[in-house]
Amino acid sequence: MGLVEDMLKGDKRALSRVITLVENNSQNCEEILSKLYPHTGNSQIIGVTGPPGSGKSTLINHLVREFVRKGYKVGVLAIDPSSEFTGGALLGDRIRMLEVSLDSNVFIRSMGTRGTLGGISRKTKEVVRVLEAFGKDKIIIETIGAGQSDIEITRTAHTVIVVLTPETGDDVQVLKAGIMEIGDIYVVNKADIGNAEFMVEEIKALIASKSSNVSKEWTAPVIKASAKKKEGIRELVEQVEKHWNYLKVSGEINKLEERRVKNEVVDTLNRKISNYLLSKLESEFGKEIFDEILKRKESPYSVVNRLIKKFLC
Amino acid sequence: MMAEKIRVLLAKPGLDGHDRGIKVVARALRDSGMEVIYLGIRNTPEQIVETAIQEDVDVIGLSILSGSHMYHFPRILQLLKERKAEDIVVIGGGIIPQEDKEKLEKMGVKAIFGPGTSTQEIIKKIKELIGNKKN
Amino acid sequence: MCRGINLFNSKKIDEMKKSIDKWEKTTLEESLKLKSERKKEFFTSSNIVVKRVYTPLDIANKDYLKEIGLPGEYPFTRGIHATMYRARIWTMRQFAGFGTAEQTNKRFKYLLQHGETGLSVAFDFPTLCGYDSDDLMSKGEVGACGVAVDTLKDMEILFEGIPLNKVTTSMTINGPAATIWSMYIVTAEKQGAKKEELGGTIQNDILKEYMAQKSFIFPPEPSLKLVVDTIEYASKYLPKWNPISISGYHIREAGANAVQELAFTLADGLTYVEATLERGLKVDDFAPRLSFFFACHNNFFEEIAKFRAARRIWAREMKERFQAKKKRSLWLRFHTQTSGCTLTAQQPYNNIVRVAIQALAAVLGGTQSLHTNSMDEALSLPTEFAVRIALRTQQIIAHESGVTDTIDPLGGSYYVEWLTDKMEEECYKYFDKIDKLGGVVEGIKRGFFQKEIANSAHKYQEGIDKGEIIVVGVNGYATEELMPVPIFRIEPEVEKKQIERLKRVKMERNSKKVEEAIDQLKKAAEKEENLMPYIINAVKEYATLGEITKALKEIYGEYHELLIY
Repeated sequence: MGLVEDMLKGDKRALSRVITLVENNSQNCEEILSKLYPHTGNSQIIGVTGPPGSGKSTLINHLVREFVRKGYKVGVLAIDPSSEFTGGALLGDRIRMLEVSLDSNVFIRSMGTRGTLGGISRKTKEVVRVLEAFGKDKIIIETIGAGQSDIEITRTAHTVIVVLTPETGDDVQVLKAGIMEIGDIYVVNKADIGNAEFMVEEIKALIASKSSNVSKEWTAPVIKASAKKKEGIRELVEQVEKHWNYLKVSGEINKLEERRVKNEVVDTLNRKISNYLLSKLESEFGKEIFDEILKRKESPYSVVNRLIKKFLC
Repeated sequence: MMAEKIRVLLAKPGLDGHDRGIKVVARALRDSGMEVIYLGIRNTPEQIVETAIQEDVDVIGLSILSGSHMYHFPRILQLLKERKAEDIVVIGGGIIPQEDKEKLEKMGVKAIFGPGTSTQEIIKKIKELIGNKKN
Repeated sequence: MCRGINLFNSKKIDEMKKSIDKWEKTTLEESLKLKSERKKEFFTSSNIVVKRVYTPLDIANKDYLKEIGLPGEYPFTRGIHATMYRARIWTMRQFAGFGTAEQTNKRFKYLLQHGETGLSVAFDFPTLCGYDSDDLMSKGEVGACGVAVDTLKDMEILFEGIPLNKVTTSMTINGPAATIWSMYIVTAEKQGAKKEELGGTIQNDILKEYMAQKSFIFPPEPSLKLVVDTIEYASKYLPKWNPISISGYHIREAGANAVQELAFTLADGLTYVEATLERGLKVDDFAPRLSFFFACHNNFFEEIAKFRAARRIWAREMKERFQAKKKRSLWLRFHTQTSGCTLTAQQPYNNIVRVAIQALAAVLGGTQSLHTNSMDEALSLPTEFAVRIALRTQQIIAHESGVTDTIDPLGGSYYVEWLTDKMEEECYKYFDKIDKLGGVVEGIKRGFFQKEIANSAHKYQEGIDKGEIIVVGVNGYATEELMPVPIFRIEPEVEKKQIERLKRVKMERNSKKVEEAIDQLKKAAEKEENLMPYIINAVKEYATLGEITKALKEIYGEYHELLIY
């Protein structure tokens, strides 16, 4: 397996192949991730979410450019939905990032959701780890931006940017139940059109009302930006850096990292154990058990307890 | 559990903006279960090859209706070679005379589709080229 | 007389109704019993359901004088001139241009010798997108799809020996139209011609670029401003020039159906009128110089109906919405090109027949000028032989078919009048949608048009893939053998030669004066002045197209396409 070594030496093609192996859940996927794991844990993970059409990709393009200018190595994961019926996907976000995609310090990868419902799948999290191991200082995840499911981004990202626009007509009140609670930074994008000022005030008021019962030292800033006029980008970068700094100084980062690692263990555990036990059911023994449940001699609960005792204890 | 997908990069090199065909193909490939990375119009060969590598695609599909095919196809093949990525299959479509088609196929372009090709034919050919290792 | 029946005697109408009922129950039913129809329903290309047969009932409620009228009179349904082709055959204008300016110049002279009456210039992609031939983005495309123009020098060579006060020239240029037009004006003046003598057209229709052809440079608003600059300049100094050719052609070729072509094109036209009025011009001072450019596809009657509806809608809108007074302001004058996307690479000789059918529809629709495509265009740029046959097709229609002897011979056809109304009705539905979106520019920004067009293109391809639409030689009556047509080739040295010339021009010009001119242009752009005099000034100093475009990008920004599949 020279791929991992090549990748760790900085070979882009090797990185790309590794991501494919991870994404496809190939047989050596775990082995690869285990090898890479010691090299992870040094990057700021930035989630960018917001409704479709809010200009996330263009904003990310500018963000990446600023990061590169500051000397950072940047990775981007752009996620688009896969079709539930065919499994196919049209991935077009990077068209907005062409300007930065040729920079040697930038790596952009498009991913389909491939059947997972949430904005952030297990595979996304694993690919983030790969990019961390590759030595990216900043890793940006662009979610599909479909409301509630994107709340999952908070479990992976250190810094969540919520992008909204005055023109989409999204009522902040309507949004508040979902993505209005997850942002570390809010961006009112396309501020050159529509009533941006009003929206900024509305979001600020909302944050104030929420943060009263949370003892956080970080109050989410609300930034007015226009990707078209290249306004607000510097401020956004500054706030992203400030938030990163805050996480480190306050020790918040340790809590987040602990939670992330825990999640990884729990997720893996859940998956592996249930797969292991399920495999045991693919036998005569399994048939018998289902039969007994159907005849009401056993319940699903007693059966599972029996399984655990038999195979795990 | 393996979950492989055929990944295809679709792009128009150069300045030609006629994107009717490439868009129809993009939709058809998606509907056949492939992952299509769509790069749209006005791309340099360098952008296309770099994207193909970052996205680890199996196939690059180029649409050229501007007569610049004898520049863009060879240039992209050459860049792929330089990046040691010759395994990425290059196919294309557009207004390409038979004579040029033959020349390009000799150079290593795996398939060229002219006007009037059905999307089914393109899908079939891609699956054939990539093999049945993927669904 | 019962209400709504204008064209026929109401008693006769009642009789007709009864006869039709009877026919349906007897003659028709017997026929259907013997053999059912080929399809359950028949549609035009715009998905309008076509009835089995049309009768006086379908047009009985029409007010002939108000809605159809006479040729040369409002609402111009039957034609903008009282005599139409009886007085003058349409202009036969073949689009041409490839390689270097010298080669195109030679081709122009050839075409003029063969009886063509107007020139038409195709530019290569770098020129269309505002790049110089030595730009990185231009690699591989210099002179490939048209002629390359970097500086005034190229324009001078392009029209060398062709008196520009004697011919009319149509230039297909949009994003950089103001610059290319300036080069043409300066070239003509250097030949000794006066501005007011110059006749011709620049396409200059930027809105459809965002919708369809994608040769945009700047964002929509400043682009629209530049268009108004040219309209204003033409109305003051070049009264015989058409500063814009509002084009449905590219919208159609990108996949739109006939109704979408009609509606989007006219909506673009209305947007230009509104923007020019906002500048402070009077409608009758510029409206007479607005011209249109449509495609003509295979669905014969639908195309004819489209042209007739277009004339009527435009006349009405100009009169009622904008209070235009001059007759010429109400005229929808249009150029037609047969459809490129209906041509097949398979059995290419069949394309001659397609082009003939389409050309005939354009003539029956009352076109002012016509380009007929060459049979080999699905394979390559056309050869001289193929271009000649395409031109001969027009000449045969003009002189042998007899369709030019009477005006609007299909006027009064139950089907064509009904379909004309239907096209109009569907067009207004789109107008309403566009209004609700906040107008054309807003619609572009939201991807409305792009989505509509992509959907139609997708649907059409689906129809072919499923065999619901038959294209002869492609998914029906296909034969294996190739029918080779001679292929025209561009010399590979074109790019090298062009770049060398550009270098030479840059060396020979006064670079300080160029810098000054560019600087003045930028300042004017910031102040929102009319830029034409500044561009002309820069062009005279041999500033390149790329330099001028780059300067304006710095002020206006660049446009990137929306993601619409």
